Amino acid sequence: MAIIRAERLSKTYRVADKQPGLAGTLRHFVQRRHRDVAAVKGVSFSIEAGEMVGFLGPNGAGKTTTLKMLSGLIHPSGGSAEVAGHIPQRRQADFLRQITLVMGQKQQLIWDLPPLDSLRVNAAVYGLDDATARHRINELAEMLELGEELTRPVRKLSLGQRMKAELLAALLHQPAVLFLDEPTLGLDINAQARVRSFLADYNRRQGATVLLTSHYLADITALCPRVLLIHEGGLFHDGSLRELSSRLAPCRLVRLELEQPRPAADFARYGELEACDGRDVRLLVERERLTDVVARLLADLEVRDLEVSDPPIEELIGRLFRQGEVA
Amino acid sequence: MRATPGGAGPKRFPGPASLRRGSRGQLLDNLGHRLRHGGRVARALLSSQYALMLEYRAETALWALSGILPFIMLGIWDQLAVAPAASGAGGPDAAGIGLDRVQLSRYFLCAFVARQFSVAWVVYAFEEDALQGRLSPYLLQPLQPLWRYVAAHLAEQLTRLPFVVIIAAVFFLLQPQAFWIPTPARFLAGVLAIWLAFTINFLLQSCIAILCFWSERASALERLLFIPYLFLSGLVAPLEVFPPAWRAAAHWTPFPLMVAFPAQLLAGGPVAISASFTAMAGWIALLLPITVLLWRAGVRRYSAMGA
Repeated sequence: MAIIRAERLSKTYRVADKQPGLAGTLRHFVQRRHRDVAAVKGVSFSIEAGEMVGFLGPNGAGKTTTLKMLSGLIHPSGGSAEVAGHIPQRRQADFLRQITLVMGQKQQLIWDLPPLDSLRVNAAVYGLDDATARHRINELAEMLELGEELTRPVRKLSLGQRMKAELLAALLHQPAVLFLDEPTLGLDINAQARVRSFLADYNRRQGATVLLTSHYLADITALCPRVLLIHEGGLFHDGSLRELSSRLAPCRLVRLELEQPRPAADFARYGELEACDGRDVRLLVERERLTDVVARLLADLEVRDLEVSDPPIEELIGRLFRQGEVA
Repeated sequence: MRATPGGAGPKRFPGPASLRRGSRGQLLDNLGHRLRHGGRVARALLSSQYALMLEYRAETALWALSGILPFIMLGIWDQLAVAPAASGAGGPDAAGIGLDRVQLSRYFLCAFVARQFSVAWVVYAFEEDALQGRLSPYLLQPLQPLWRYVAAHLAEQLTRLPFVVIIAAVFFLLQPQAFWIPTPARFLAGVLAIWLAFTINFLLQSCIAILCFWSERASALERLLFIPYLFLSGLVAPLEVFPPAWRAAAHWTPFPLMVAFPAQLLAGGPVAISASFTAMAGWIALLLPITVLLWRAGVRRYSAMGA
């Protein structure tokens, strides 16, 4: 049964339009002009309980707005949403006890106090008794490798430690649904890996549903068997990363290492030349022609090594966003 | 015995009286649970906010010191009281305001105390939180966010307390003739009046703060209220110095209840106790539903800026 359901969900913001310069400022002062910006345009999907789903898209695609609507933070302009059997924007207490929203650069911890002070407040707000709160804090702190950091003022913690403490605060009430917006933003590689492994562990232990946005595709590939790709407010893809890869690139990448360097012009007949650097060549070849092309390459050229792979998903998505190839 | 339609024998349903007893018991249980939960949340919020305020104790001391306007006004009014006295026209009503110098001193000291414990700054804190996106996590917890600001104010009042006591002690050292101990009844009524004054001030500011959902700079509106507050609250002068028409107009606003009434009450001055407490209850009864309605309408417009 779906625990998250979005039906033609949309959000339009009204934004002030101001031209730069003094004249623009004066015009803006005398007569305000506004325009409507459609941040999310009729997105529909559903997510089963316990799923981990990646939410991909460039800046301004509507990912965060969708998460805000699903968590009940903002009201949708159209369509409907249902999360854990509740209409999110009503923000009923029973609903709020079942969800959490973590926004990478926004914090709920009190800046000048140690995280434990904020955790005590959260425990009281969510009605956890002292023993339960202590047990959960210890358990989560162990999973997140947090120790004496919990007794140091938040302002004295590193970004990674702070993010982990934020996660602890957001998960203390053991929510069934996690909305995570860039939870690894700004973290170094090691900290990213630790947060990823924690999320996977948490999902396994609690059976929690996770909807995750990240600019780091490694987060998505490591955690989410299913991805939603949103672009210019609309849903472009709902499925696995592999399916997305096939859809975005009906080609495969052929890497060649040659015995002797060859001019770039020699490769046009085999496929789209990605790079030609001395003896190293990269070609994009249509999937249906792959066997034939590989056979011809081996017959025509002196090949020392040959490797066939899918083009990196980051590259494909990046190209999609840059070129606006979405229909 | 009356047979039941299904012929399965009589069923024992709880009668209306036991139903009432049952539901009353359940209601009491729920109420008890809510009160315990509320008490726990209040303790946690107050202790964390108090810890936070202690981090800023120097700032709190400066805020307490910056509220010495009533003492400056006392200096001015004292001079006005001395002048007619020197010319032979002095007396108990030296400045023509119905207060002698000692009463004047006590009034302004009490105005200082009332101001210290009824001051509200929720509009500034709320506006900053709304603009910076810090309101978002508060909105996603099962606790009305305004309670956090209430706790912050109360914690700040507790932090101010020692500084206010020190300032009052210094005042009595400089003006020993003004020293007095209020009667227990007046003291308790004064404390209650200050709390109610704080409640009115907090609700009034909350109404303005909630306008952040419509206008990003709601604090500008609060500044508009500052001038009438300054003059009509009794902070710069006892209301007795105003012309009767002004005084009558002032009593249609909540401002005299915020400083002048608690100050007169503590200082032992003439004051309409029942009428003023009734007016306070009236203002709270008016402002509370307005705050709730504005909140419900405003939060629909929240766009989680900065987040």
